[in-house]
Amino acid sequence: RSVDEERRIKYKAAIKIQSWFRGCRVRAYLRYLNERVIFIQKCWRGYQSRRYFRKMVETAYFIMKMNFYNEMAVRIQKRWRGYYVRKYIHNYYALKKYLEAISVNNEIVRNELREYVEMKENEEKRKDLEKKEKEKEYQARKMHYLLSTEQIAGIYNSPFRKSPDPMELLLRKSKPLSHKRQQVKSSFSSELYDWPTCKRPPTFSTVQPLPPIDRQKPQGPFRDTAEVLQQRYKPLEPTLRVAASINSPLKARDEMKMEEWRNRIHDNEFLPFSSYHKNEKYDPSIHRSGKYVQETYGTKHFREVQPKKWIADKVSHCIF
Amino acid sequence: NSGVMSLLRPLLLDVVPTIQQTAALALGRLANYNDALAEAVVKGNILPHLVCSLSEQNRFYKKAAAFVLRAVAKHSPQLAQAIVQSGALEMLVICLEDFDPGVKEAASWALGYIARHNSELSQAVVDAGAVPLLVLCIQEPEIALKRIAASTLSDISKHSPELAQTVVDAGAIAHLAQMILNPDAKLKRQVLSALSQIAKHSVDLAELVVEAEIFPVVLTCLKDSDEYVKKNGATLIREIAKHTPELSQLIVNAGGVAAVIDYIGSCRGTVRLPGIMMLGYVAAHSENLSMAVIVSKGIPPLCACLVEEHEDHIKAAAVWALGQAGRHSPEHARAVAVANVLPMLLAMYMDTHSSDDLQLKASIFAKRALKNILEKCTYLPALEPLLHDAPPNIMKHIVGQFSKVLPHDSKARRLFVTTGGLKKVQEIKAEPGSLLQEYINTINNCYPEEIVR
Repeated sequence: RSVDEERRIKYKAAIKIQSWFRGCRVRAYLRYLNERVIFIQKCWRGYQSRRYFRKMVETAYFIMKMNFYNEMAVRIQKRWRGYYVRKYIHNYYALKKYLEAISVNNEIVRNELREYVEMKENEEKRKDLEKKEKEKEYQARKMHYLLSTEQIAGIYNSPFRKSPDPMELLLRKSKPLSHKRQQVKSSFSSELYDWPTCKRPPTFSTVQPLPPIDRQKPQGPFRDTAEVLQQRYKPLEPTLRVAASINSPLKARDEMKMEEWRNRIHDNEFLPFSSYHKNEKYDPSIHRSGKYVQETYGTKHFREVQPKKWIADKVSHCIF
Repeated sequence: NSGVMSLLRPLLLDVVPTIQQTAALALGRLANYNDALAEAVVKGNILPHLVCSLSEQNRFYKKAAAFVLRAVAKHSPQLAQAIVQSGALEMLVICLEDFDPGVKEAASWALGYIARHNSELSQAVVDAGAVPLLVLCIQEPEIALKRIAASTLSDISKHSPELAQTVVDAGAIAHLAQMILNPDAKLKRQVLSALSQIAKHSVDLAELVVEAEIFPVVLTCLKDSDEYVKKNGATLIREIAKHTPELSQLIVNAGGVAAVIDYIGSCRGTVRLPGIMMLGYVAAHSENLSMAVIVSKGIPPLCACLVEEHEDHIKAAAVWALGQAGRHSPEHARAVAVANVLPMLLAMYMDTHSSDDLQLKASIFAKRALKNILEKCTYLPALEPLLHDAPPNIMKHIVGQFSKVLPHDSKARRLFVTTGGLKKVQEIKAEPGSLLQEYINTINNCYPEEIVR
């Protein structure tokens, strides 16, 4: 039995040794594999990272370039915007010139307005003066009897004065008013003011003006003046012959001719002798001038077909 | 009152035309006097009688009947409505087509009074087809007829833009613009008021009015001897200027600002108000325009207005205009401050500040204008006097301005100390952490320690 045990022990030891050796071999093999794999992965990772790095460098370079360009563009835009704003939007010198121009214009306008005002004032004064003059003249005409004579000095021509009063001179110049001047000279403006408020009753035109006193009745068997006037101023009622112009029959004939020409279908005269027309050729209408045949018309005949160019004999379905 | 209406009514239907006319005249005068009598005329069922036979009658009857309608319509909108309901508008329009100018005048006067009250009545007048006939009336040679037609057109177009557009479509603007040159003062009043009522509604209408070439003729109206012509002329310019900067620019280029400034200087009272508002509108649109107003010497007359006028709304308008002129930039604020306006504004704000219940418009505008100008004002000599008696909310702005300018300007710093401003600033009590305290700190930091103490 100890031999068995020894054999077993040796067997087990041999197994241990073999297993350990195999293990070593396998481990070495695995180590070897690991190293190779690590090598491969190393190379691959290095390659990837280099690629990535290259990309990063490219982008960084690109960004740098873009920043540079942006900076330059900003400088250009800065200059341009400043120029543009200063020239067109907030043009200082133009604004200054504009304001000066406004001041000058204002001065001109003020001067013109002032002149206008002065002109109007002068006109008003002139109108007042004229009115006063007219009043004075009217008064002088009314009071012409106050004129001084050789014997009796008038009130305006006192002997103690060196020269007569201006009123006296006016009196000398004025013509006495006549009796017939009875119409009330109301001024234009006051008449208009009265109308709208109906303060004055409207003058009804029923009252005829009285005839003048000193007119003598006409002698003799004269006709009534109204009748005479009526006859004299009777409106003219000419007869038709007088009212129509000289060429009116000719014009009327022309008109009739035009109307008939309009209404006619053709201009050929009607000639009664039929044998006269026998030699004339007859122009047929469109219907009769062609053959009685079916024309090549319709969708079948419109399209041009070239069977030699066809790819397939039948087109069975749409391609798209 | 003593049964007169029932006596007069059968007389209206009398056979003799003279009696009819006199009866109508009597009714008209009664209604003219008092609105109770006018109501009695309406209630006594007289209007249908008047109106029904109007088209066949002679011109005196038409005139008297139109007079009655006018007298009734002028008192209140309800009476005018009653007149419209009794079908009088068609009759009045028929009268407008008559040959006699007196009839036309009476008819258009009646239409004017009806249209004056509110926009529905104006619309009724327009629907009756009165506007083209009124435009024809304006072209007639009689001055009174022109006046009345112009005033009627003005009353119609004042209510709404559509009515004004109707008036414009009838071609009224060209004729009204021609009549500005007429020497008659009352006619000019009505024409200018008509044009301003048209122009006030919208930009397009204002542009149409301007295209009728009223500038620079309107500026001569500002120098007329009649006060109301001047006032209406200024109103017209104001209505045109308020819409857009381009229209204001047009007015400024035509020299309108100078004319309006002279006009403000030459009259007193309510008549000035449109001119002041016009300057405010022009200055409000843009800084170039407000600089133009300042350059044309606009600020001194506005200050004069502030001093001379006593009515609240005129003062408020002047204050508003000054605020608009000064708020755009430091140059503008300086120009306004140099004219010694700020103490006046402060005084105006202060004296009604104490009585809070009054809160007059002038004080509200004064506060706003003061704030706006102070925010841009860098002209320190004008700000100094304000330091002494400003209330806290204004003081904040003043001290803020000082704190912005003083760190940069050494001469100003010296001046500030010598005039006792620094001392005043120290006396101001402010809560720590508030804006005012920050400003005070900034100012104190500009000076060495010994001076501050």
